[in-house]
Amino acid sequence: MSNVPADLKYTKSHEWVRTLADGSVEIGITDHAQHALGDLVFVEVPDAGRAVKAGEACAVVESVKAASDVYAPLTGQVTAGNAKLTAEPETINTQPYGEGWLMRLKPAAGALAAAELLSPADYQKLLDAEGG
Amino acid sequence: MSAREKVIFEYSHPGRGASDQWPHDPGPAALADLPAALRRAQPPQLPEVGELETVRHFTRLSQLNFSIDTHFYPLGSCTMKYNPKACNQYAMLPGFLGRHPLAPESHGQGFLACMYELQEMLKAVTGMEGVALSPMAGAHGEFAGVAMIRAYHRARGDLKRNEIIVPEAAHGTNPATATMCGCVVREIPVDAQGDVELQALRQAVGPNTAGIMLTNPSTLGVFERRIQEVARIVHEAGGLLYYDGANLNAILGKVRPGDMGFDVIHMNLHKTFSTPHGGGGPGAGAVGVASRLLPFLPLPVVGKEGERYRWLAEADLPQSIGRLSAFMGNAGVLLRAYIYMRLLGRDGMRAVGEYATLNANYLLKRLMTAGFDAAYPQRRASHEFIVTLKRQARELNVTAMDFAKRLLDHGFHAPTTYFPLLVPECLLIEPTETESKDTLDAFVAAMSQIQKEAEQEPGRVTSAPHTMPVRRLDDVRAARQLDLTWKPTAQP
Amino acid sequence: MAFIPHTAADVASMLATIGVSRLEDLFDEIPRELRIKSLAGVPEELNEMEIGRLMSERAAADGTALSFLGAGAYEHHIPAAVWAITTRGEFYSAYTPYQAEASQGTLQTIYEFQTMIARLTGMEVSNASMYDGASAVAEAALMAVRANRKSRAARILVPGTVHPHYRRVAVATAANQGLRFEELPYCTEAGVTPAASLARYEGEDVTALLIQQPNFFGRLEDVDALTDWAHAHNVLVIAVVNPTSLALLKPPGQWGARGADIAVGEGQPLGVPLSSGGPYFGFMTTRMEYVRQMPGRIVGRTLDVAGHEGFTLTLQAREQHIRRAKATSNICTNQGLLMTAATIYMSLMGAQGLARTAATCHARTRELVAALTRLPGVRPAFSGPCFHEAVLLLDRPAAPVLKALAARGIFGGLDLGAYYPELGAALLVCATETKTQADIERYRATLQETLQAARAA
Repeated sequence: MSNVPADLKYTKSHEWVRTLADGSVEIGITDHAQHALGDLVFVEVPDAGRAVKAGEACAVVESVKAASDVYAPLTGQVTAGNAKLTAEPETINTQPYGEGWLMRLKPAAGALAAAELLSPADYQKLLDAEGG
Repeated sequence: MSAREKVIFEYSHPGRGASDQWPHDPGPAALADLPAALRRAQPPQLPEVGELETVRHFTRLSQLNFSIDTHFYPLGSCTMKYNPKACNQYAMLPGFLGRHPLAPESHGQGFLACMYELQEMLKAVTGMEGVALSPMAGAHGEFAGVAMIRAYHRARGDLKRNEIIVPEAAHGTNPATATMCGCVVREIPVDAQGDVELQALRQAVGPNTAGIMLTNPSTLGVFERRIQEVARIVHEAGGLLYYDGANLNAILGKVRPGDMGFDVIHMNLHKTFSTPHGGGGPGAGAVGVASRLLPFLPLPVVGKEGERYRWLAEADLPQSIGRLSAFMGNAGVLLRAYIYMRLLGRDGMRAVGEYATLNANYLLKRLMTAGFDAAYPQRRASHEFIVTLKRQARELNVTAMDFAKRLLDHGFHAPTTYFPLLVPECLLIEPTETESKDTLDAFVAAMSQIQKEAEQEPGRVTSAPHTMPVRRLDDVRAARQLDLTWKPTAQP
Repeated sequence: MAFIPHTAADVASMLATIGVSRLEDLFDEIPRELRIKSLAGVPEELNEMEIGRLMSERAAADGTALSFLGAGAYEHHIPAAVWAITTRGEFYSAYTPYQAEASQGTLQTIYEFQTMIARLTGMEVSNASMYDGASAVAEAALMAVRANRKSRAARILVPGTVHPHYRRVAVATAANQGLRFEELPYCTEAGVTPAASLARYEGEDVTALLIQQPNFFGRLEDVDALTDWAHAHNVLVIAVVNPTSLALLKPPGQWGARGADIAVGEGQPLGVPLSSGGPYFGFMTTRMEYVRQMPGRIVGRTLDVAGHEGFTLTLQAREQHIRRAKATSNICTNQGLLMTAATIYMSLMGAQGLARTAATCHARTRELVAALTRLPGVRPAFSGPCFHEAVLLLDRPAAPVLKALAARGIFGGLDLGAYYPELGAALLVCATETKTQADIERYRATLQETLQAARAA
């Protein structure tokens, strides 16, 4: 049974989104996603300053058996990539919703409202439907 | 099997060396004209070892391998059949080995005759109109094939066709190749019986369709029964059909890709035509084309004028997709394939398809009788078939990987595991025609014994192998703490 | 037949087990109209004795000329042990080492190869080999586009002194993905790429610069200046090198202040026979920071569950069988057998043997050039040091001269007319350690007679 925190929003491609106090958002992959990938061995995060569009592949997470793109849940500009993950990719396995965040993003005007994000309940339904 | 072997650098002693192999020292004067700024300051740290210890080291390393010569190797999709010794011996005659690739054609008529006749034989067995031999592996042949499809559409001014359709069960090389050729991949599903879903195909094709890549028999080990309808749909939409020859062994001498409607194919000579796999190459991925793609064949091709053979190059094929190797691809591998085809002849090739299929269907039937689940029990096996162990994984917590590893302890190389991705906990098993009934029976006995063990003492299976030089390796550690070159102090 | 061991009794019993009566019944799912009856166009079988005779005759027909051809494929002494071990069935007939526990021999050999090639090139990390030198150049260009995050142009500068076939293979392989290859002119007096020719690219978006050392003419490029220019302008450097030469020449890892970013080359000189052009192998090395952009197999050392060291394929998530359409390349194989031969060759030669081989090649080529250019009508094309091969200019078209030499059992070099028409009647010649002073004298004397006969005609 995956952990789906109630204070986050989610995407169908298994990213989570946390709104921070300054209006920017923090993005990571869900507990379900890290479990499906297995032990992560490499993570590539975007550089600060990069502009990304919703749905654009902007990070890569890699385990020994799979490599997966992470898609930007909304349009905006990257304010930080989590550099710690380069040396310690396993952080995503242990703390997917905390220290294992991938990037922070300053949403473009109206992007947050336009993003197709799921509530925790809806994401849980998606997992149930996928058999997770 | 033998114990571990030290890394060769650990045998190294300063000043030692296989000096019998070295030329005489020409002295420093020989290098007087080389500017110091372009010289190497320190010699490269290669091992300093004698000839006998080098021979022993690599002989011992070889003994840590499973191979066709030592073990049954039923690796699905890889066609691990016997590599006849004659093919190696006669391809390594001094006259062939010593020939420089840029030597004049006057001094290569023997070699060129073999290449020309190989082209002709491959045309005959595949039903294609032209063959080029230079691609150096299956994936390289795929690249040539898709590049020809693109070149064909471009030459007709049809510039927007950049979509390649692949069934979801396709080899990973198919989508990777399409990307290398600048194409976009569209995956389509297969139905419960393993055939392409025609409705999905009809919806996928259109004015952007460059072509479809198919393996037939498919990676699911079954023949695509509606191939003629597939060909009709794709051709009517203006696309071309690409045949991935990975499974050609199944139908050799029985059905030809050209007759099925394929426009371009690659052949894995290291599978169907028994050139060695060499621990991962060299392969050879000759390509064949229907007449409309003849102008686009990769260079070089061997032509014949009267009784003389010659290379066809840019001037002869101005629309060619170009050169894919520095010279003539894996020429020595091509010679081995040529020798193999001449040894078999037309009747032998037909026997290959028949007996490869016989062995696969026999092994499938025996495994099913022994209680294993086939992925497609209603279908005939081609030259290979899929067993799924999802029941064992669910009920016993013993996976396909565990079975695979335990087979090693029984002296059998594991079948292909976890491919195709479509079938959970699968083993893709390809016995090939060169294995005897006795070997197949012994494999069934080993599988049955592992099943029994999985029920009674599953820990023995899940911790296998127990008799190999190493136990299961930590792949996560390998990827996180990369140790890719030996260092004197390095500890793994 | 066809190496099939079945007896008639086996076949009968197997068909009975399956529940069919004839072999043909096993093909009943294939539409009948597609099934063929026989393979017209394929000859009848030969037995091993017959094919042995045919192949021996054909191999003998190709003769054994005295060859001064190089141009990317070099005749070197190959110790007998190299192929005696390489063709052992355990190496020869094994598959790609996916089942690591049953493939430690191949895996450890690759690890040793990676170590030797990294040390030879002075680079941090090597893969398990590519198809050949030309395809390695093409893959290096694609890799540079992935690795150079500061460049968006996918634009590669390629000196005209890079092997013409490598340039063609790079275009055929990579142009479909939008890469642009732009040719840099060479100095026709010196036969090298002037660093000044790069000035016009300053301020432009360039992804990578290829540098071949020694270049196609055998001339030595100013690799330090070219490399430093590239790095000063956010351009990656792809080195294309001859492995034999690296025993003596500065390795790519030490070019300029920072070293090359990717180094590739043709591995054939390391124990692989000429064999009409293949199978050879390409090698590819890079910096650790780019290892995930590198295509091809890579082996790593790790531990097993019992804590013992062992070897396994690693970084596989870059590859086609996992990453599919987003893989770094579609490549599946390396040239495993050739890589095995090269690892044994490098072990036997060591740094000292390889340095002697390189020095002897260099000495022989100098002797060859000195001997031939003493003849009237023959002069060197370029001034300055060469390594291992050189370009000569004749006072008449090269093709008929080469043809006359071949008729007398000598391959006199490569006619550059089709590749570099601006040079006139130019000939690329090479003499390796396999050539004796007597061989060189034979070439000189035969060329002298050939040229005299041509003048008289």
